[in-house]
Amino acid sequence: MDAIQKSLLEQVADLHEVPEGAYNIRANGAAVARNTTANIDIVPKNDKDGIDIIIKPGTRNESVHIPVVLSQSGLEETVYNDFFIGDDCDVTIVAGCGIHNCGVQKSEHSGIHSFHVGKNAKVRYVERHYGEGDGNGENVMNPTTVVEMDEGSYLEMETTQIKGIDSTIRTTRAKLGANSTLIIKEKVMTHGKQLAKSDFTVELDGDGCKANVISRSVARDHSKQVFMSRINGNSRCHGHSECDAIIMDEGVVAAIPEVTANCVDAELIHEAAIGKIAGEQLTKLMTLGLTEKEAEEQIVNGFLK
Amino acid sequence: MLELQHVSYGVDQDGDSKNILRDINLNIKERFVAITGPNGGGKSTLAKIIAGILTPTEGRILLDGEDITGLNITERANRGISFAFQQPVRFKGLTVKDLITLASGKNIGVPEACDYLSEVGLCAKDYIDREVDASLSGGELKRIEIAMIMARGTKLSVFDEPEAGIDLWSFSNLIQVFEHLHEKINGSILIISHQERILNIADRIIVLANGKVEQDGARKDILPSLLGRAGGVCSALTDKIR
Repeated sequence: MDAIQKSLLEQVADLHEVPEGAYNIRANGAAVARNTTANIDIVPKNDKDGIDIIIKPGTRNESVHIPVVLSQSGLEETVYNDFFIGDDCDVTIVAGCGIHNCGVQKSEHSGIHSFHVGKNAKVRYVERHYGEGDGNGENVMNPTTVVEMDEGSYLEMETTQIKGIDSTIRTTRAKLGANSTLIIKEKVMTHGKQLAKSDFTVELDGDGCKANVISRSVARDHSKQVFMSRINGNSRCHGHSECDAIIMDEGVVAAIPEVTANCVDAELIHEAAIGKIAGEQLTKLMTLGLTEKEAEEQIVNGFLK
Repeated sequence: MLELQHVSYGVDQDGDSKNILRDINLNIKERFVAITGPNGGGKSTLAKIIAGILTPTEGRILLDGEDITGLNITERANRGISFAFQQPVRFKGLTVKDLITLASGKNIGVPEACDYLSEVGLCAKDYIDREVDASLSGGELKRIEIAMIMARGTKLSVFDEPEAGIDLWSFSNLIQVFEHLHEKINGSILIISHQERILNIADRIIVLANGKVEQDGARKDILPSLLGRAGGVCSALTDKIR
């Protein structure tokens, strides 16, 4: 890998060297490094781009890194990654995509990730998106995540997109089994003329299942964000979604909640708050000696931390 | 030393001009000065004018002889004025340590931040990483607000009704913090309060009513007349009963 690709890798996966445990590093449309362990197997797909990640039941305290970097302008790819997480696992999965586009053509990565989370398995899934480049070519990412959760399983999904992605449509679909828990934490910052759409659909099917979808976002300049969350309570369940957004400059944020209780024992809540930085927050930090601009930066950084 | 010269502040209300402060002249050089008086008398407005949050319509403000009337909030903060809000502000995402670090103006370590928290009666390990958001109670926020002022350690610290919005039980714990505050802060403390126990530890008491200085003097001269007048409770209330 060259210096640009290494720097992208650091941004999206905090990786300086090859990671410990299982990994698959994809650069400009091809796998450049792969490692499997006794418990985690990575198998390339034959019919399309992508890999199957198979984690043996009972695997604990192991991690899988599957970062993707694109530094060739104009590259467009769709990658299918399927995760099969065995019963009783406790694992961390780190994915992420970094694009460096210094050309004029559009670079696009669409990752379609599906998770089959086994009974009583616990998974932490981290996904970071980052873009850079001095050309006029657009950086586009359209991630899709499909989740199926077995009885008693737990998935925490953290997605972060802070910089450099011109257009993104994030689609997440989840079906929850009995007593399973899904937590989604999304952090987005858009600037320039960027567009970011998030579209979550959660089916609370199993008795006693829970979902919490939390989005914190900042829209600066002329950027636009749309947060859609659809939670269907189909059983005795608990669903909560929360969209908290700061708008700055000419930024636009739309929050579109939809909660449907198809069962009398479903408890569903949606909260949304959109607004500029509160004047009193700026004033408070200014009384500590910060300028208005410094105060604004502290508030935004803290909000997205 | 803080000096207010002919400070007035007025607002337009439904086409009529209303004077909140009228020709205030004060020199503050004592270690602990309390400003009291009935609600609506202009106390909080005066505090905000000193901090630079409001600009007086007339008059000048001097700090150690320098005219700071035209300086903004940040500039005044950097000249050595601290201001504790009556209603502390909540921040989603910023932690107690973040705020104390910003207040101190340098990159302090956890032990130093803990020192400030323990001074205000908070167990540091329970609070240092907590977000200053809606999960904190009014009393906890007040203490954090005071810890920030201590971390700043400036030549003038202005507190706007530290007792407001907290229950009496929490306040009786907080009063001990104020009793020792002037030992911790190496500068003047200007505190707006209705609480007898706060007034009782002040070197000087200023009574502000209807936008004017009604009484001003040493505690021993002012406090007895205040207590006699209000019977230890809110004077606005006793005025009405009378």
